[in-house]
Amino acid sequence: MASERVAIVGIGQTEHRATNDGSIAGVVRQAASRALEDARMDWADIDAVVIGKAPDFFEGVMMPELYLADALGAVGKPMFRVHTAGSVGGSTALVAQDLVAAGLHERVLTVAFEKQSESEAMWALSVAMPFQPPMHAGAGGYFAPHIRSYIRRSGAPDHIGILVALKDRLNALKNPCAHLHEADITFDSVRDSIMLWDPIRFSETCPSSDGACAMVLTNERGGDAAAAEGRAPAWVKGTAFRSEPTMFAGRDQVNPRGGQECAADVYKQAGIDDPRADIDCVEMYVPFSWFEPMWLENLHFCPEGEGWKMVEDGVTQLDGDLPVDMSGGVLSSNPIGASGMLRFAEAAMQVRGQAGDHQVPDARTALGHAYGGGSQFFAMWIVGAQKP
Amino acid sequence: MTDISLPERLRGAEPVRSIRTFARLEYAYTPGRAASRFLNQVTNKRLVGQRCPVCEKVYVPPRGSCPTDGVPTEDEVELGQSGTIVSFCVVNVPFMANLMEIPYVGALIQLDGADIPIMHLIQEVPYDQVHMGMRVEAVWLPDDEIGPTLESIVHFRPNGEPDAPYESYKDNA
Repeated sequence: MASERVAIVGIGQTEHRATNDGSIAGVVRQAASRALEDARMDWADIDAVVIGKAPDFFEGVMMPELYLADALGAVGKPMFRVHTAGSVGGSTALVAQDLVAAGLHERVLTVAFEKQSESEAMWALSVAMPFQPPMHAGAGGYFAPHIRSYIRRSGAPDHIGILVALKDRLNALKNPCAHLHEADITFDSVRDSIMLWDPIRFSETCPSSDGACAMVLTNERGGDAAAAEGRAPAWVKGTAFRSEPTMFAGRDQVNPRGGQECAADVYKQAGIDDPRADIDCVEMYVPFSWFEPMWLENLHFCPEGEGWKMVEDGVTQLDGDLPVDMSGGVLSSNPIGASGMLRFAEAAMQVRGQAGDHQVPDARTALGHAYGGGSQFFAMWIVGAQKP
Repeated sequence: MTDISLPERLRGAEPVRSIRTFARLEYAYTPGRAASRFLNQVTNKRLVGQRCPVCEKVYVPPRGSCPTDGVPTEDEVELGQSGTIVSFCVVNVPFMANLMEIPYVGALIQLDGADIPIMHLIQEVPYDQVHMGMRVEAVWLPDDEIGPTLESIVHFRPNGEPDAPYESYKDNA
């Protein structure tokens, strides 16, 4: 089945901060305006809008897309809302790309956001379940046992989580949009930070951020036009979603099957046989530092149990053989609903050569990855500098 | 022009950038048939799971169907009062409405006879001695306080048995 080629021609994001004094409408509009400006387009050029955010009860504004239609220039146009928990920013971009690939729309604006300053996400994720003891202790409390299982299985030493946190926070210093800019961070300061959810330390945990991300996606004609004007687009080479139930007996939450199959699918579409060799850089969803080695394995960059060795060997450093989370990642900025799209956007920025001080030289092929829920929703895309 | 500047007495005040307002939602929850059977047995201090007729996995608390095979689970299986810690988290953030002194341990406990762990509290042991494979047992509320909820189990505590071998619980760890 033939489909349209899809190009990313505009990318915008806010400066992610603990508190953005703008309204939710102001925050999404700022990111969208910047994406339009980058695409040399105006609101009238957009055919449809696809928007996503994490669960509505975080901010307590139900179906915010309805009131945001005005701020996003969507009045009288098709507007779609996507819901896939923390992976939503990625899934939202994929829905937008599908609308272009299917030939339904020529130019689609996609936006994702969160205002954690207007919510209590950690407590919202810890509601008491009926007939059960109130054991939920935020996302860290949920994921810490899986990280412990990973360490048990792989025999990884304790300092791996510290190395990832240090690398991501140092990368964030090169990204003016990143929330955390910890110029004085050191290995020792990460190691000595408090154990919040043992084995997860404070400095191995993502912050709570306000922010938004937006992209303009268009078809081959639009991509070619941008290229002709000297504004290199990122071309979509593969996209995949997967999901799996939160609980079933024997579910592998360290290396979920949904993620493995999603990665295999997206690589196949993009013609990638050896992801370690064929992909230049990866922006993955790492809210707690240990998820970097876990996802390196889940995404087939190394055999199972060896992700931590790539971290220890410096492979995932910005100047390493396979840079990971060049932007500073979720560990340095976490406007939850936008976090998945920021991963996808960073991958696109890398292959467009517009990543500034966190640019990987000659990045031609990049993977954007998001996950959400209880490691049960996965969204990925491969983007490239070369038209597929 | 109307003067819209602040009154004199407020000019030195720090601007208000945010306020905290608390939200609360009350709701009635119907547990359904499978959970009702389970919870009614909890009032008798019994833990009864359900086995899938296809994959033979035993679920607790049962939900009435197997998420893998999509078939009803009607075969009831009485589970042990003891289980194995398959993994855990030492929580050092004040949660549980600040009821718990931190740090405390929340653990995934695979009850004897079950194929999926439940999350519960580990007490009566220093938090830094809790480990994977540790054998623990349920500690119930006094009989006159027991109701149809897993909160009828106050916590789990070590039962004194030697650690379970990794092989016995690795499918859930």
